[in-house]
Formats: sequence, C-alpha cells, structure tokens
Amino acid sequence: MNLSTEVVEKSDKKKILKVAGEVDAYTAPELKANLNPLTEEEGAEVVVDLTEVSYIDSTGLGIFIGALKSAENHDATLRLTGLNERVKRLFTITGLDEVITIDDENTEEAK
Amino acid sequence: MAESKELLHDQYANILRAYLEEQSEQGLYYAQQFSKRVLEEQISPEEVVSLHLEVLEEFFPDLPKGAHESFELLLEVMMGYGLAYREHQSLRDKTKELEAEINVAANMQQTFLPDEIPHVNGLDVGVLSVPASKMSGDYYHFVKDDHDCVGLAIADIIGKGIPAALCMSMIKYTMDSYPEQRLQPGALLENVNRVVEQNIASNMFITMMYGSYDSRSHQFNYAGAGHEPGFYYKAAEDTFEELHAKGIVLGIKRNTNYKEYQLTVEPGDFVVLLSDGVTECRTDDGFIEREAITRLIRTYQHLPAQEIVNHVFYELERAQGFQLRDDFTLIILRRNV
Repeated sequence: MNLSTEVVEKSDKKKILKVAGEVDAYTAPELKANLNPLTEEEGAEVVVDLTEVSYIDSTGLGIFIGALKSAENHDATLRLTGLNERVKRLFTITGLDEVITIDDENTEEAK
Repeated sequence: MAESKELLHDQYANILRAYLEEQSEQGLYYAQQFSKRVLEEQISPEEVVSLHLEVLEEFFPDLPKGAHESFELLLEVMMGYGLAYREHQSLRDKTKELEAEINVAANMQQTFLPDEIPHVNGLDVGVLSVPASKMSGDYYHFVKDDHDCVGLAIADIIGKGIPAALCMSMIKYTMDSYPEQRLQPGALLENVNRVVEQNIASNMFITMMYGSYDSRSHQFNYAGAGHEPGFYYKAAEDTFEELHAKGIVLGIKRNTNYKEYQLTVEPGDFVVLLSDGVTECRTDDGFIEREAITRLIRTYQHLPAQEIVNHVFYELERAQGFQLRDDFTLIILRRNV
C-alpha cells in the first residue's frame, strides 16, 4: 500500500501534515522526507494528522521519534492527532506516548 | 585468442555444414553445445552473428542481393542486445558477491544467539526465532546461574535487515558484560538503556522484555521496555492473561526507571514471550487477533514447549502464505512440577 502526504498551512508557524495510507519500512522514508523539513523551522508548531493512516510499524514510530528530536532542537513542537485504535496501542505499548504529544480526540483544526 | 577464434570458426562451420546437409536432432544438439561454449568464452551475440555470416559466405559465395546487408542490420540489433546482456551479467555477478557477503554476516549474527537452551529441572523451555529475510532484528538471550535461576531476554530492534542486525551486536555485548547472578530485570533494563541511548541513531530504538525465574521460589520477576506484551497462562483457571510491563523503549530517555513486576508460577503455568512479528501476522483478511495466538497455543498446549512454538510458527507462517513479513520470535517457559 502507498502513502500520501499533504501539507496544510494554518499560519506562518502552524503546519498540518495530513498522512494517508500505511507507514512501514517501505513508506517510512517518504514520511521522513515530508515531515522532517517542517520540524526544522524555528519555533514551528507541527501537527501530524493520522486520521487516514490504517497502520504504522516500528520503523514508522522511529520516524516520529526522529522528528520529535529534530523539533526539540529547533524549538518547535510536534503533535499527533487522529490515531486509530491500532496505531494508538502501538504508541501506548512502546511508552512513546510519554514523550510525544498525542491528542485524545480529533481536534477541530486538524479536521 | 586468434587461435581459439579460428577453432570456433571451424567448429561452427562443421556444425552448420552438417545441419544444412541433414536437418537432424543431432545437429540441433550440437548447436546447443556450441551456445554453451560461446557463453563460457563470453563471446557476444553480435560476434556469433558475424561468425554465421562469415561461414555462410564461404559456403555460398554468391549470396542473393540484400542477404549480406540484412546481416549488417541484424548485427546492429544484436550489438544493443549484447550490451544489455553484458550489463545484466555484470549485475548478476555483483548480486552474487553481495549475497555471499550477507550470508557471511547472517552466519555471524547467528553466533549472537544462544546455541542451546539452558536445562533447568522442572522447567520446560521452547524457543523459535526466524528472520523474515537473512538478517534478523529479533534478539533473545538466556543465562542460568549456579542456583538454577534463569534470566531470559527478548528484544526487537526497530526495522529489519542489516541496520537492525548491526545494532544487535551492541545489545549482545552489553548483556554479556553483566554478571550472571542476581541481576534484577528493572536494573538491567536501566543499564542497557544507558548504553543504547548513547549509541543509537535518533530515529532508532529497541524494545525489550527481561524476566528472571527463580526455580527455588518459583518467582518470575520481569520488566519491560516498550515490548510487545506476552501472555501468562494460569493453569488453575485455564486462562491467558496479557503479560505487559509498562516502560518506554530503550534509547529514547537517558535516565529511565523500569518498573518490576512479580508473578508466582504454579505448576502447569507458563510464560509466553514474543516479538511483534508474531502478533502482526497479516493474512488476506487483515491482521490476526491476539486471541488467535492464544487459541493456537491452546491447541498444542499438551505438547512439550518446543513443539508448541514450532507448531504455532508453522500455522502462522501458513496463514501468511509462507511469506514472513517480520522477524518472528516466540518463547515459552513452563513450570512442569
């Protein structure tokens, strides 16, 4: 399955990355290429909307961890939204929900 | 070289002459032998065509008009073909070389895993670890001390293939550097985490579960670093419970505490540890449920632990059309008496 991404600019600082498809070892590089530049802007607020993502594997988790570290280095923030049950479980089991901000519900602006 | 060219020329002339005289099976057989020979001597397709033309003109000095020219066109075609063929050949050689190197690495990786399961009285242990491709991102480890305490670890390195395999050596050497006795699961994970955090790329991490079983008190202590939960089978109630230990994956936060959990293992109880390659088994109908795994284990529960893991693997491999998507590791540790 393929992965598609689309950047929606909410404001100068705030960018939403809408992701659709599956994030695995094959599609992870594409997500990384689209996500990392957003986190490299000083003070950016990056929201990743995963509403259309059915599945993420551990390589995919690695991309979010890398992006989080990059955001921290650039005084930016990273937030995930729209996670389905399966994806959410992965973040909970790995304990990564402790370090990454995850919305409980779809927030209005990300819809 | 010139000599062998001449030899080849004579040989081809003989084959062609015989074939033109009588179109026999035998003649075709010689032609096949000849193509093997030109392949061996790395003679290009266009050279073979030009050889054919040479011989043909010797046999029939008065070729009809256009025949010679048509061969020139064929030569041109074959030149492109030959070029592509040679490129293909050189790629094939390179692939073979790479494959040989990966095989060496895969064999070396095998030495990271224990060659035998420690034997402890009253304990039945089964282990199976199968990589999805040649190199594995799954790791497991067993130690036994003088008091018949068993330590076991299961770890999954993010991603697959070579990067994961390289990372595995770090885990292996870190684990080996600790004394075998009296290592508490929580403390062990904290130590491994410090090493991993300092030595791993920013988008990599490792999940791990470590447990120690004391065969005198039948206590099973365990702690987890973001690892896929296993199962605990309670014989008295005939139920499977999720064996989850809360804790963040290794390599993310430098100073992390890992909570330790404790279970008292009764006769017939068993612990199931697994990697996400077991639970993320995907069939045509989607992902299998975790219950499907406990159902499978239940089916083979009457067998020795090693046979249970073998059967579960076979069934799940079959469900995926014998094509593993992720590295698969399954460990069962059962108290017999």
